Amino acid sequence: MSAELLAAPDKGGGLLDVLRRRELLRLIVRKELKVRYRNSVLGLLWSYVKPGVQFIVFYFALGVFLGLNKQPNFVIYMFSGIILVNFFSEAFSNATRSVVANGALVKKIFLPRELFPVASVWVAIVHFLPQFLILLFACFFFGWSPSIFQILGAIGAFVIVAMLSLGLGLLFAAANVMFRDSENIVDLMLMMATWLSPVLYAWYLVRDTLGETFYFFYQLNPMTIAVELFHFAFWAPTAAVRTAAEGARMPENLISLWLPVGLLISVVILAIGQTVFRRLEGRFAQEL
Amino acid sequence: MAAEAIIVENVSKRFNLRHTRSLKETVVWLFKGRRGDLSSTFMALDGVDVTVGVGESVALLGFNGSGKSTLLKLISGVMSTDTGSVRTRGKVAGLIEVGAGFHPDLTGRENVFLNGVLLGMTEKETEARFDEIVAFSEIGKFIDTEVKFYSSGMFLRLAFSVAVHTNPDVFLIDEILSVGDEPFQKKCLARIQELRESGCTLVVVSHDLDMVSRVCDRGVVLRQGKKVADGPIGEAVRLLRES
Repeated sequence: MSAELLAAPDKGGGLLDVLRRRELLRLIVRKELKVRYRNSVLGLLWSYVKPGVQFIVFYFALGVFLGLNKQPNFVIYMFSGIILVNFFSEAFSNATRSVVANGALVKKIFLPRELFPVASVWVAIVHFLPQFLILLFACFFFGWSPSIFQILGAIGAFVIVAMLSLGLGLLFAAANVMFRDSENIVDLMLMMATWLSPVLYAWYLVRDTLGETFYFFYQLNPMTIAVELFHFAFWAPTAAVRTAAEGARMPENLISLWLPVGLLISVVILAIGQTVFRRLEGRFAQEL
Repeated sequence: MAAEAIIVENVSKRFNLRHTRSLKETVVWLFKGRRGDLSSTFMALDGVDVTVGVGESVALLGFNGSGKSTLLKLISGVMSTDTGSVRTRGKVAGLIEVGAGFHPDLTGRENVFLNGVLLGMTEKETEARFDEIVAFSEIGKFIDTEVKFYSSGMFLRLAFSVAVHTNPDVFLIDEILSVGDEPFQKKCLARIQELRESGCTLVVVSHDLDMVSRVCDRGVVLRQGKKVADGPIGEAVRLLRES
């Protein structure tokens, strides 16, 4: 026992500490899932029902009434974007609330506080998977044959969204401890998220309407890049799109330029989030 | 000379009592030229030095608001110091409050695992001690019932039981020996004595002076954030009773 060195108890290693306490992370994730679906008959099935209903509403409102169904396989185009934005929304908004919601623990027991935002993102991944399976199933139905680049692009998109939501989640979770306004700011941001990326419309409409300069900034949004990568991976290689007269119109240099840019921006945001979180972490226990 | 388990050096802690938690009020305050105070400060601890050797059992005594619980929170790492340093050796388990990590919607069994791991055990260790924990808590067949249906006594017994089975090197206890009925309290005290004999370092915060006289051999008296006495428990208790 005395062989161990004296150490300051509050010396946290940030996100690395979370890796060291994977077991606890797993238990917290399991707890979150169990608590979320307590006393509910459908349980995890709700994570199919909600995007399903959302999808039907958009399909009729945009696809049928506004006539976007004329594009080949618009269903796949829309759904691949929606599930990515859903993943982002859930991860980001729950991570923002996670520290305040677990205030009792933060105040009483010493543990890496990053665990809570990380657990929120993990729970969001658990909810993303069934939606992703539906997408895959639909893709095969529409004659999906992706190239290796397209698969890599999809993985890249997932990594971008996971890092981005964790980074923003850490940032706003820490801010939320100080000012509860953060929750509302985040809700506002999420309200815009669906429309700031080409989920329900085509990317080139932005370029053609607002010009190259605006389009450049639009394209810097990591969510935009991720959604486009998902279109590239799931919508572009379906049969009807490949054989269509104009083919799949994708932004230029999506893989060679925008994928690395998206990864870089989300890494930077993650680093900022982690830094701010650690800076404010010492005050969590007394502010909550 | 015995090694130190905890070294608290010249520690101060100031609390900001913020009067607002809304961004709007803060912005309004900034625009008005920062008139008035948004917050006031309060010195919870002021230059406290305490060194606890391995295997010692120390009571932190003092009236309400003297800074005892704050000191305990600083030692556990939940809060960080403003000035000075706190260093500890080995695994520190804090019973800052019993049952902090319990979730009412999980069953007793699930809570035991969650809390065991929260308090620093691995899942395997929790598994190995599970029967012992349940037996100690006397929860019996209710272990697979959701904790929200427990009586408050059952809840505290189970929470305490998990905490005392984590085998820490340093054990921090904040006013929790008022757990359950008298037979169970005796059992708790016996378990704490057992921990103490096995070489575990104890730091106890309590207002129950008779209890701490039995459990601890040293007392540190705090008054308004300052250490006013440090010595054998009998003297510390006498000092507090007289004042």
